[in-house]
Amino acid sequence: MIDREEVLHIARLARLRLGEEEIEPMARELSAVIEHVAKIGELDLRDTAPTSHVVEVAGRLRADEPHQCLPREVVLAQAPAVSGEGFLVPSPQA
Amino acid sequence: MTTTYEPVIGLEIHVQLLTRTKMFCGCELSFGEPPNTRTCPVCLGLPGALPVANAQAIHFGLMIGLALDSELAPRSIFHRKNYFYPDLPKGYQISQYDEPLCRGGRLADVRIHRVHLEEDAAKLVHVGASGRIHASDASIVDFNRGGTPLAEIVTEPDLHSPEQAGQWLRLLRATLRHLGVSDVNMDEGSLRCDANVSVRPEGSRELGTKTELKNMNSFRFLERGIRAEIARQEGILNEGGRVVQETLHFDPGSGEITSLRSKEQAHDYRYFPEPDLAPVAVSETMLAAARQAMPELPSARAVRLQDSLGLSAESAHLLAFRPELGDYFEQALQSSPDSTPSAGAQAQALANWVTGELAKRLAPEESPADSKVSPEAITVLSQMAAEKQISVGAARQVLDRLVAEGGDPRTLVEQEGLAALDGGDELRQIVRAAIAANADAAQRVRAGNPKATGPIVGYVMRETKGRADGAEVTRLIAELLG
Repeated sequence: MIDREEVLHIARLARLRLGEEEIEPMARELSAVIEHVAKIGELDLRDTAPTSHVVEVAGRLRADEPHQCLPREVVLAQAPAVSGEGFLVPSPQA
Repeated sequence: MTTTYEPVIGLEIHVQLLTRTKMFCGCELSFGEPPNTRTCPVCLGLPGALPVANAQAIHFGLMIGLALDSELAPRSIFHRKNYFYPDLPKGYQISQYDEPLCRGGRLADVRIHRVHLEEDAAKLVHVGASGRIHASDASIVDFNRGGTPLAEIVTEPDLHSPEQAGQWLRLLRATLRHLGVSDVNMDEGSLRCDANVSVRPEGSRELGTKTELKNMNSFRFLERGIRAEIARQEGILNEGGRVVQETLHFDPGSGEITSLRSKEQAHDYRYFPEPDLAPVAVSETMLAAARQAMPELPSARAVRLQDSLGLSAESAHLLAFRPELGDYFEQALQSSPDSTPSAGAQAQALANWVTGELAKRLAPEESPADSKVSPEAITVLSQMAAEKQISVGAARQVLDRLVAEGGDPRTLVEQEGLAALDGGDELRQIVRAAIAANADAAQRVRAGNPKATGPIVGYVMRETKGRADGAEVTRLIAELLG
């Protein structure tokens, strides 16, 4: 069972602000997900290599050749806030 | 009684790779282009965009692995390193975790832990009155740098002093530069270095608690930062305190070390395999291409210069670790007209001219190939001096002229009348006059003080405008006063 502290830690890493009333249900739901996945632990997998990729397609690489970049006005048009030539964001230190 | 401590230092070095395009998309790398003009849906992290690894970056990674004597993984995978910061549009950095491209290895006396590939973050410009990161309210993001291929090289904690760390980093830089895989410019950030520092009582085998010093952007700051951190840790321990494991920032201006709890306090990066990228399988063809592309490395070159040309260890080292000097030297050697039995001595003399007198006259890090002194000219000059056609002093004068305006040393010697006076009558006459003009000194030399020849030699050199061979003058003085 995931406890309150863990929920708050994960929320902080995910930059989520949880209301007091959300913490307990979140703990319950996350625990259910983890318990579901933990079922795999019932199997004896000592001789099975961990699967990082479902389909093993190796070796697909890209030649080092330039493509066309996006025009800056198109790029900056996606941004909620712009200053001069760049994306304006709240200071991460603020 | 104070305890003596032994510093234990490991380095983490990031180098931007000199590919044409970014690590996972075809945007060209930026060299001072206007902000946000080198972006696409992949490096902006737009939904649905899929990364594909750059074959050239893998190739460079393999070359670095070969140069560092690492084990190259036949299969490696990329991971997502999750953290939120405005320089990272996807909310994660694509990096490598437990299956890196290269493992282990060694460069000189330092073991390599691993080498892996990842993408660089974007550039943040903090907007604030003081310009300091703490005081700003807003930041502006330029994504041109975001996605630039990086190789991260991690050493084992095998370094034991700030100077050794600096020296070793210079060796690594020379090696990487010679490979041609990176600009390795610390000022411009294409080579960045973090240091893990701890101290332990001398003789202890246990490692102390380490701190991580971030982003020291010059060799001087690296050494000063490590020195300051060692002193700080020793101070804490001597007062009975405990070092806290943390990330630190060294301010070269004030010499102060401050805690840098910014990006991710908990270092809880929740790595997991990047599902959008296929594993990298290094084929025999890729390995062969990487081996094929390997130049002679500085350490091998030093050995060759010493063994086959008979250069001194010091000269061989200088020429090998400053490839621009080494290449120039070898080109000059090629232009040498003969390979006489005295070839070894000639090579050493030429090496001395290149690494000494010539290098001294150039700007730091300037390549002699970019100077006005052609490799042929320095060879001719070195030979004329070796054969005593001109004195060393005259040769230096000629070199001054060559550096300033180029040309042929033989012509310059002729124009300036710098040809050496041979040991004949003319020089003998001048030495005789010098003795007559410095009777006191002559008296002291006769009395058994050989060092007293100074004023006599000085007189001869003035009279001959430095054209006389010093050894010959000394011999003549001894003969005439004998």
